[in-house]
Amino acid sequence: MRTVTYIQAVTEAMTEEMERDESVFIMGEDVAWNMMGDCTGMVEKFGTERVRNTPISEAGFVGAGAGAAMVGMRPIVHMLIAPFMYVAFDQIVSIISKSTYTYGGQARLPITLRAPMMYGVSNAAQHSDRPYATLMTIPGLKLIAPASPHDAKGMLKAAIRDDNPVITFEDRSLWGQSGEVPDDDLIVPLGQAAVRREGTDVTVVTVAGAITLGLAAAEQLASEGVSVEVIDLRSIVPMDTDTILESVAKTGRLLIADPAHEMGSVASEISAVVAQHGFWSLQAPIARVTTPHCHVPFNADLEKQLLPTADKIVSEARALME
Amino acid sequence: MITIDDGVLREMYRRMSRIRRFEDTTKELLLAGELYGAFHTSTGQEASIVGSCMALRIDDSMVGTHRSHGHPIGKGAQLDRLMAELMGKETGVNQGKGGSMHLSDFSVGSLGETSIVGSGLPVSTGAALAYKMRGEDKVSLCFFGDGASSQGTFHESLNIASIWQLPVVYVCENNGYGELTSAKDAVSVEDISVRAIGYDMPGVTVDGQDVLAVFEAVSEAVDLARDGGGPSLVETKTYRFENHAVGRLPEHYRSAEEVEYWRTQRDPLVLFRQVLIERGFDEQQIDDLDAAVSEEIVAALEFARQSPSPPPEAAFTHLFADPAPSAG
Ligand SMILES: Cc1ncc(C[n+]2csc(CCOP(=O)(O)OP(=O)(O)O)c2C)c(N)n1
Ligand SMILES: [Mg+2]
Repeated sequence: MRTVTYIQAVTEAMTEEMERDESVFIMGEDVAWNMMGDCTGMVEKFGTERVRNTPISEAGFVGAGAGAAMVGMRPIVHMLIAPFMYVAFDQIVSIISKSTYTYGGQARLPITLRAPMMYGVSNAAQHSDRPYATLMTIPGLKLIAPASPHDAKGMLKAAIRDDNPVITFEDRSLWGQSGEVPDDDLIVPLGQAAVRREGTDVTVVTVAGAITLGLAAAEQLASEGVSVEVIDLRSIVPMDTDTILESVAKTGRLLIADPAHEMGSVASEISAVVAQHGFWSLQAPIARVTTPHCHVPFNADLEKQLLPTADKIVSEARALME
Repeated sequence: MITIDDGVLREMYRRMSRIRRFEDTTKELLLAGELYGAFHTSTGQEASIVGSCMALRIDDSMVGTHRSHGHPIGKGAQLDRLMAELMGKETGVNQGKGGSMHLSDFSVGSLGETSIVGSGLPVSTGAALAYKMRGEDKVSLCFFGDGASSQGTFHESLNIASIWQLPVVYVCENNGYGELTSAKDAVSVEDISVRAIGYDMPGVTVDGQDVLAVFEAVSEAVDLARDGGGPSLVETKTYRFENHAVGRLPEHYRSAEEVEYWRTQRDPLVLFRQVLIERGFDEQQIDDLDAAVSEEIVAALEFARQSPSPPPEAAFTHLFADPAPSAG
């Protein structure tokens, strides 16, 4: 075991996969310059062919990734930040999500889109989105949001090896966090939630960076005698609803902490699943701690009040216990 | 002019005839209600399709559009599985999941026919990137229309192909209209090929009704790409004989005289027949080719009609390349 940061884990995952498989390469804006610090050492190792700077043409290079994947490459396409995917949305929806299906299985699209998310850092509305719920409505895409260095590495490696398109939402609030990562080849299968803390009174499911808040809230609640089970969703599509339903069967209470806008969110989807399939286990209404259906303002205080916090989780969980 | 042997000429004519007869048949079946869906036929554009595709090797790839019944045929696909696809059958190239706007046969390098206008340009560019990165001598060809030339993906793709010197040939099939709007009202230039200048690549406009002219221009572009010389833009001036979508839309946007002119004076099959005669073929030989194609169509129809429809659970397969989750 070694201790590495989330961002180092991402770099390791890409580097190892590129060493292992010639067909893996990364392209995106300024990747060869390591602008974001997540491609450290890569251009030195692999050169500018495989660590490839693109022009500012999201539709062009995301679609080129799709075409390269269709003929056998395994591109990692760096979106810089998640909302820049909107510019490439047609390629993601019409080509990447649909080609395997539309062509009756003739096409395979082993492409990984890396979509880092920055929010809570005064980047204003256009740069602060957490758009996984928007993409969740589109069949044919796998969506992940690893929330630890261990998973950042293991799930990214699994994504790169997957024969299907995977979009990985990296919460930049986690990039600097450290954690243990095994020395040997680490693959974390997609589609499995992780119970990060066991408990008996309330199930708290967290999405992406909300794991930090969920664990902090659980610690606080424990001191008040409330036992919280914290589940890190990790994989949005496919969604591990079994793990959530099992936990709710035990605790009888569910709270979902999701940094995205509330309407039509991952939190909403989990609520619907539990309301439909876990209704008789519930001892209290389902609670969602999300961002209101409102854009993200520039002003730091205005922004902060909108986003989920550990305190909000604590007070909502207390209410469930009443 | 490049020399082309008789076998190649015969194959060119055969593929053009296959497209024409396939399209005539599908139109008939659509109007009779046996086929359904949005139907954009390639009738009138056979020379542009076949001249381009025959400049490729079978292992080169090609990306098509919504108007792509002809493109896989031009690339060498068999007719039976295409016809079955149009009927939504299990034996169809796409197992009944794609239909008219996505007919594509990967086994002959048709890498998908995509019906969002302009969306194929980045895909073909990416295939070319893969070939170049792997050091393969394959070429990627992308068909798109005059209408698609107004999409941002056109600019992005040609720019990317140029800076990376990718082995891709962009073939703009300028049939004068995007849906009902004339290219004169929608495109800033008379000849779309002049836009190649902006991407520092060769651009040429050819008579899209002359299969040999298309073949020659595209062959030159393909050779350049294969030899590491980068991308090209070829514009074929052509015309669609049918309305934008068969049986669906008004046709008040173009005159009957104009359609009549192209049908009677500029029919690529008639024009090519004359060329073949001049080159020593006799009428009978050409009629025999047509007759053989007609038989193929009958057999394809028979195959498609006899084929089963996919079972309901087929709606859930191929969502992912892995074994898919089942219904329910
Ligand atoms: C993005 C998008 N916008 C609009 C349409 C509707 N549409 C279908 S075909 C077409 C015209 C395309 O014109 P062109 O590229 O010249 O191809 P042609 O039909 O002439 O072969 C349009 C606008 C579409 N399919 N996709
Ligand atoms: Mg057109």
